[in-house]
Parts: sequence; structure tokens; C-alpha cells
Amino acid sequence: MVTKYAALAIILITLLSGAFIGVTYSLSSKAVMLNSTGASFPYPLIDKIITEYNKVEPYVQVNYQPSGSGAGITALADKTIFFAGSDAPLSKTEKEKAPNTLHIPETVGSIAIAYNITGVPSGLKLTGQIIADIFEGKITLWNDPVITKINPDIVLPAEAIITVHRSESSGTTFVFTNYLSIESASWKNNVGQSKTVAWPPANDIASNGNTGVAQIITSTPYSIGYVELAYTLQANMTIAAIQNPYGNYVIPTLESTAIAAQSVALEGLPAGDADWSGVNLLNTKDANAYPIVSFSYILVYQELNVIPGMTQERAVALIEFLWYVIHDGQQLANSLHYTQLPDNVVEINAETIKLITFNGQTITTIL
Amino acid sequence: MMNSYGFRKLKNNLFFTLCAICVIIAIIPLASILFEVTIRGAPQLSLTFLTGTSANGGIGPAIQGTIILVCLTSAIGIPIGILSGIYLSEFGNNKYAQNLRAINNIITQFPSIIIGITIYGIIVLTLSSYSAIAGAIALSFILIPIVTRTTEESLKLVPNTLREASLALGVHNWRTTLNIVLPTAKNGLLTGTLLAVARIAGETAPLIMTILGNRYFFQGLNQPIAALPLEIYKNALQPYPEIQAQGWGAALILILIVLIVNITVRIATRSK
Amino acid sequence: MKSPTKPQKQTQKLVKHKITGDNLFKIFATIIAASALIILIITGYTLLKGSIPAIQNFGLNFFFGQQWNPVEGREIYGILPYILGTLVTSGIALLIGVPLSLGIAIFLVEMAPRSLRVPVSYIVELLAAVPSVIYGLWGIFVLRGWMVTYVETPLSKYLGWIPIFSGTPQGLDIFAAGVILAIMIIPTIASLSKEVLTAVPNSIREGAYSIGATKWEVIKRWVLSYGKSGIFAAVILGLGRAVGETMAVTMLIGNATGPSAMPHSLFQSGQTMASLIANGFMEATTGSLKLSTYLGVGLTLLIMSLIINVGAHLIMTRVFKVKGGAIE
Repeated sequence: MVTKYAALAIILITLLSGAFIGVTYSLSSKAVMLNSTGASFPYPLIDKIITEYNKVEPYVQVNYQPSGSGAGITALADKTIFFAGSDAPLSKTEKEKAPNTLHIPETVGSIAIAYNITGVPSGLKLTGQIIADIFEGKITLWNDPVITKINPDIVLPAEAIITVHRSESSGTTFVFTNYLSIESASWKNNVGQSKTVAWPPANDIASNGNTGVAQIITSTPYSIGYVELAYTLQANMTIAAIQNPYGNYVIPTLESTAIAAQSVALEGLPAGDADWSGVNLLNTKDANAYPIVSFSYILVYQELNVIPGMTQERAVALIEFLWYVIHDGQQLANSLHYTQLPDNVVEINAETIKLITFNGQTITTIL
Repeated sequence: MMNSYGFRKLKNNLFFTLCAICVIIAIIPLASILFEVTIRGAPQLSLTFLTGTSANGGIGPAIQGTIILVCLTSAIGIPIGILSGIYLSEFGNNKYAQNLRAINNIITQFPSIIIGITIYGIIVLTLSSYSAIAGAIALSFILIPIVTRTTEESLKLVPNTLREASLALGVHNWRTTLNIVLPTAKNGLLTGTLLAVARIAGETAPLIMTILGNRYFFQGLNQPIAALPLEIYKNALQPYPEIQAQGWGAALILILIVLIVNITVRIATRSK
Repeated sequence: MKSPTKPQKQTQKLVKHKITGDNLFKIFATIIAASALIILIITGYTLLKGSIPAIQNFGLNFFFGQQWNPVEGREIYGILPYILGTLVTSGIALLIGVPLSLGIAIFLVEMAPRSLRVPVSYIVELLAAVPSVIYGLWGIFVLRGWMVTYVETPLSKYLGWIPIFSGTPQGLDIFAAGVILAIMIIPTIASLSKEVLTAVPNSIREGAYSIGATKWEVIKRWVLSYGKSGIFAAVILGLGRAVGETMAVTMLIGNATGPSAMPHSLFQSGQTMASLIANGFMEATTGSLKLSTYLGVGLTLLIMSLIINVGAHLIMTRVFKVKGGAIE
């Protein structure tokens, strides 16, 4: 009998875990692991790109976890990951915490205003001012005269509006509040723009991620919220047409999104290592452009040796992967309801990736 | 008099009906959870689902991750917990032990999310990476006090006469503990420890800020790792029905692990 | 003369060996046993050290303020809504959970036929085994629908004029979070109360029956009053579990922040301290005021949990001593 049972149990557990870890480790130890986290908006696209990339380059494993733009930038500043995804460019203070970060637009996104009104399957029109007032709690009923006035063809119910927003720090919120700040002076003064804001008291629900917000809207009658276009298309949500500066009510589509990106790129974008905090694709100068559009960025340090655990092998793998994302990876965009990067943006990105160094050396395999 | 007695009798019956209703109300959630998890999760089950990665709609990395985390946690937590329990039970007649016992009882009830942010601060930031080991340490912080308590309680049930008999035969105190007391208490010990392990298999909160999640199979102890509870949490918040369904599939696997451990442990110890 | 010395020496050797082996083992066990203390110290120190900047910056407003503004340059954090959110959801959980748990305990101890006792106890314990995240999953997809259709809509229709029932029922709110917590604390309270009731000496019941009391009267007047401090401890432990519960609450409470998270109505989204951390901790940058705030929330939750559990522990030891005295 002796200590048999206790000893046996301990030995068994240790052996089991040892064997398990050993076997699985030996199976996967040849792989180069690239960890990353950040914006949830580009996640379905990145996930697909990674799956396709693994077919070309099976020994490079890219782990992208969608935990929000804020968490991505935090992880970048803490150097717990190799690159981050963010729907917002680095702000001035963030740039101090993560100095010498490059901005690489990976895709273009539109923020759709999704709603769920029983009996109104489509066709709702809204303006930026109205959206701001709804989220500020100034318009509380669906049949408010301001809304019915621009929607003469729709019978809106006398139900309370439930607003849905993100609970965590997110690039989507940044773009949305940025847009509302442009459209409504009251919003700009009382709330402002940020990845999370002090939400004005309203009949509101918050949830985690684009997915969480979309999930709440689809399951909550009389709700309205802001969700990235790709999610609304995949989840078949009803979305509103928004008035752009030319007075046109535009529905967000891949085309009306691409138009916005092209028109900004034509005006010129900063270099990859310059300050991007002022870049936005809101209310762009084209009569057919959807007004709430933004880039989604990959953020990466220009000098990779600042990240603990970075090796030459990993640095090469990372750069080759980024190269794939902005070139071949873009072919996957349309099938997943994402907007392909315009050619002039791809050219800027290629120059940006060439700036990346490891221990002061540029990595030449991509050239 | 009769009326009053009749009224009291009525009140008595009414009250007992209410108690029975309480039991039924408590059973409804469990029944509904088991029903929904089975109905929604079972259609997901397939070899690809159990062994594949997210590239082909599988949760293999999460299942593997949970097994690894549970094994690692057990390897760290069970020996420490059992030794602490032995100390409290066999040498615990002093102020030091009394205070430890009180502290142990209190940290057993700690909100697990607090453990998560503590480990984030001392392990994740130090190693500069989310990692399997950070998750395992966080989970062992939860496991150790439970195992300590279980060990102490089961050792206390061993009659003192056994210890005295062994000591009278000239057997050393520590050998008595390991050879006589522990084996006698093994049923209680095994039950308690397995139940504790089943509980940490389902812990989610401390994993959010320690393991990050991973779309690949195990990469190393210092790398992010996937886990079933985290997979369920992330999938539940997705708007796509097919991903929600994967969450239910993962929930079915997790609840099967937890319930099978619970039920077999109880049946096994009862028959003995 | 020679023959007796040899065994003597051997015994001495044995005794010596015995002492060192035992001592080594004891010292080893003593050190390992401090693990509980070490966990407590590490946790307390990390949270206390981390939360100092936020508490210094905002002073008492950190605990009593309602603002939650992470906009750069406008940063201000007050955690009162989440402290209250934690208390309110736990309170709802107790209001619903305690009567149910007592009913179950009484059923098991006083009235269930022997054949039902074991399976019903099993089922109640299995409720405790279901992982929190699965409660959350079930809560979002099943309980939420039940709450909206059968509970919240009727309540808001007929009692909507009462402030706590105002607002639009949507099922991701303080009420739903309270109900899921009630379900989750039933096993804790029921199984402890069961033990307390079982420990009530039969002589008390027999004495009461002999003066003609009905079973209900016996339970109400004698059994419950005899076990009341034990039951109270069970309730406190249930409260302890409700206060720290994270995942199921995070998935069901609606996650409001700032003044709109102040609990006014059952049908509004709220936030508890635990759900606040689960939602936002990951995005707070190292060294930022925000991270310090989250650690401060963790510290507050830790203190609340300590107070509750130390209280429960003190009551339990008292009950245990009284019980021991009665048995002796």
C-alpha cells in the first residue's frame, strides 16, 4: 500500500502531461510562431489569409486573436506580441508608448448602422446628426418626427430605441465617434472621440466585439448599433442608408467603401513611418462614397529587435507574411465581403514594409 | 379546535408542497442546460470537429489546450495542496496552522478573476508573452486551496486509533502519515481532488488575461494556448449561427468532461 | 555487559533517525503549507501596489464617483456604479436563491423519502459543477428569452410605473444577471444548510412533536431557529460566490459603464466589478491610469470578498464550537 496511491497519482499526472507535451511539441516544434492580437473587424479576413498562407508556407504559424484594437495597441506597447491589428491609427500618446511604429493599412472597412425594427425589413434613412442624437439620448422613440420626416415611405413604431455599443476599447468605436464628432457639435463637446467614450445616459446595451454588438442587435427588437460592414453582410443584418456631404443617402457596400478609400489615396497618404493620427476616410470628396469609412491597420515596430524573443528567422517570417497580406492576401477580400486595398495604397505599404529592420539590417528576402 | 387543527394541517401541506416546488425549480436550469447543450452541440460532433483547427471548423487546439492546462495545473497544484493539507491535519494544533487554515478557507472563495489579473502582472508581463504556463499557474492558485481543504478534511476522518497503533509499533510519524493515514483517506482524497480538477477545467475568467488563445495546436509552455472555456466564451459572442454552433459543440465536450468526472467519482466512492 | 549495550546503541540510532526524518517531513510540510499565505500576499500586494496611482489621482472620488471617461485628456474613473452593481445583482441572487435553497434543504432533511434524498442531493451538487461559462452560454441563448417573454414583459406591462420595473425589457440586464447568479449560488447555500439542519439534534424535534406541533411548526419554530446562525453562514458564503462570479454575469448583464451603469431599474444594463475587469482589463496599457483603475477595482473586489468570507468564517467557527459543545 505505502505511499503507492499518492505517489502513483502524482507520477501518473506528471508523466501524462510530460508525454502529452513532448509528443505535441515535437510535432510542431519546426514551426515559426508569430503571435498577434488586436482589432476584431479584420479577423475573418486575416484568419482566411492565414489559412491560405499555411498552404504556401506550412512552417509559419500566425496566431491572430481578436481582442479589440485597444488590447492590440496595449499588447504592442507591452511587447507581448509581434504585431497588432487596429482600426484606429496610433494617437499621439500611444505613439510615445510604442515609438517607431509603422502603419500598414491591411483592408478598408465601412461602419454600417444596423437596426432591428419589427416590420421594417429595409430602407431606413438616417443622417449623422440623427445618429448622434439617438446615441446621446435626445431622440428616444423610433417614430420621432425628425426620423419620420426623412423616411416618408416607412411606418415607424412608437417604440423606445435601444442603442447598442461596444463595451471594450475598439477601433470601430473610434471611427464611429470620430464621425459623430464631425457631424454633431453637441457630440463633439459632450462626448468626444476615442476608442471608448463616456456613453451618454441612454437606453443602451454594451457588448464585446463587432460580433457581440451584431449578436445583440439581431436578437433585440427596436435596437440600433454600429457594426463593421463585413459582419452585417455575413450575418444578414438590416442596415440604414446614411446621408453623405453631397446630400445622397448611401448604403454601405464594397463599392461605396472602395470609392471612399480611392478618393483619399488620390489626395495622398503619409509615409508608413510618419504620423497617421490625422488620417481618416470620413465624408470623403466623392458624391457616391459612403461617409463612415476607415482603414484597418497592421501596426509593427520598424526595428524588430525591441521585441523579446524576436529572432532573424521570426523577423523574416513576419515580413514575408506581411508582404503576403498586402499582395496575394487581398485577392481573398471580396469573397469575404471585405474591400480590396486600392493599388496606390498597396504601393505605399510595400515601401513601408521595406523599412522594417532586425538589428539594424533590412530584410531582403522580399525584394 | 378541529378547524384550527385543520387549518394548521393545511398550512403544513402547503408548506411541504412549496418545498417540493423549490426542488423542481432548481432542477429546471440543470435539465435545460443539459438538454440545450446536447441538442445544439451534438450535431457538431465529428472527427474533424474534435481534431481539426479553425481552418477546417474544428476545436482540436482547444481540447488539447484544456488537457495540457489541466495536467500542468494538477502537477503543480496537487502535490502542494496535499502536503499543505497533511500539515494542517497532522501537525495543525498550533496558532500558525489555525491562521493558515483560516486563510486557506478564505482564498478558496477568492473571485477567480482577481487571480487572473495578479498572474497577468507577475507572469505575463515578466515573460513578455501570454503563455500556457501563466494559465497553469493561475489555475493552480485556484486548485491549491481546494485540494488543501479536501486533504485536511479527509485526513481528519481517519480515526486516531490507527495513528496511535502505528506509532506504538515504532513506525515513524511521517511514515505513518504516508503509509497509514493517506491510504486510509484515499477515497475522500481522490474524490475531492478529482472534483477540484474538474472545476478548474471549466474556469474561464483567469484564462482571459493569461493564455490569449491560439488557432494552432500546442506551441510550447511559453506560448499562447487555446482552451475550451475560452473558445466557448468567444464563440458565444459571434453573430454567425455556424460559429455559435461550434461554441455549443465545445460546451458539450466541456460539460461531458466535467459531468463524467463528477458522476463516476460519486458512484465509485459510494459503492466502496 | 557487552550484550545490553549493543541494542541500546541501536535504539539510540533509531530514535535519532526517527527524529530527523519526522522533523524534515514536518519542516517541509510547514513550508509548503504556507502556500495559502503566499497566494494571499502575492495577490494583495500586486493589487495594492498597482492601484495606488489611480487612488492617489482621484482620491475618494475613485470609490464614490460615477464617471468613466477614457478619452485622452479627459480621463476620469469612478467605480461606484460597479460596486453598487455588484451589491444589487448579489442582492437579487440572495432574494431569489435563499428561499429556494432553504426549501431544498428542508425537503432533503425533513420530508424526502430516503430513495429521493441521494439523487436530489446529486442533482443539486451537479448544479455547482457546471462551468460558469456554460451558464453564460445558456443564459444568452435560453434564459434571456424566458426572462423577456415570461417575466420582464409582463412585469413592465403591469408594474412599469414602479421605478425598478421601468425601462424596456431586453434580457441583457441586472435582473437576468441576478437570476443566473441565484441559480449558481443555490448549490452552495442548499448543501450547507442541509448539513446545518442535519446537525440539529433529534431531541429538539421530538420535544416539539410531543406538544402537538405539526411538522411545519416544528421546522419553523424550533429547527430553523436552532440552525439559524449556521444557515446565516451558508447565506454569507453564497453571497461570497455571487460577488466574485464573472463569466455568466459578463455575458448577461449588458456591460454598461459610467453613470448609466448606476442601478436604477431591474431592466437596465449594468456592470459588476468582476464583469468590468473581464471586459476591459486586456486593453489597459502598462503604466496607464486605466490599468491602475482596473487593479483598484480588483482590490475593492478582493476586500469585499475578504470581508464576506472572514465574516462567514467567524460565524462558522462559532457555530462549529457550539455544535461541538452540544455533542460533548
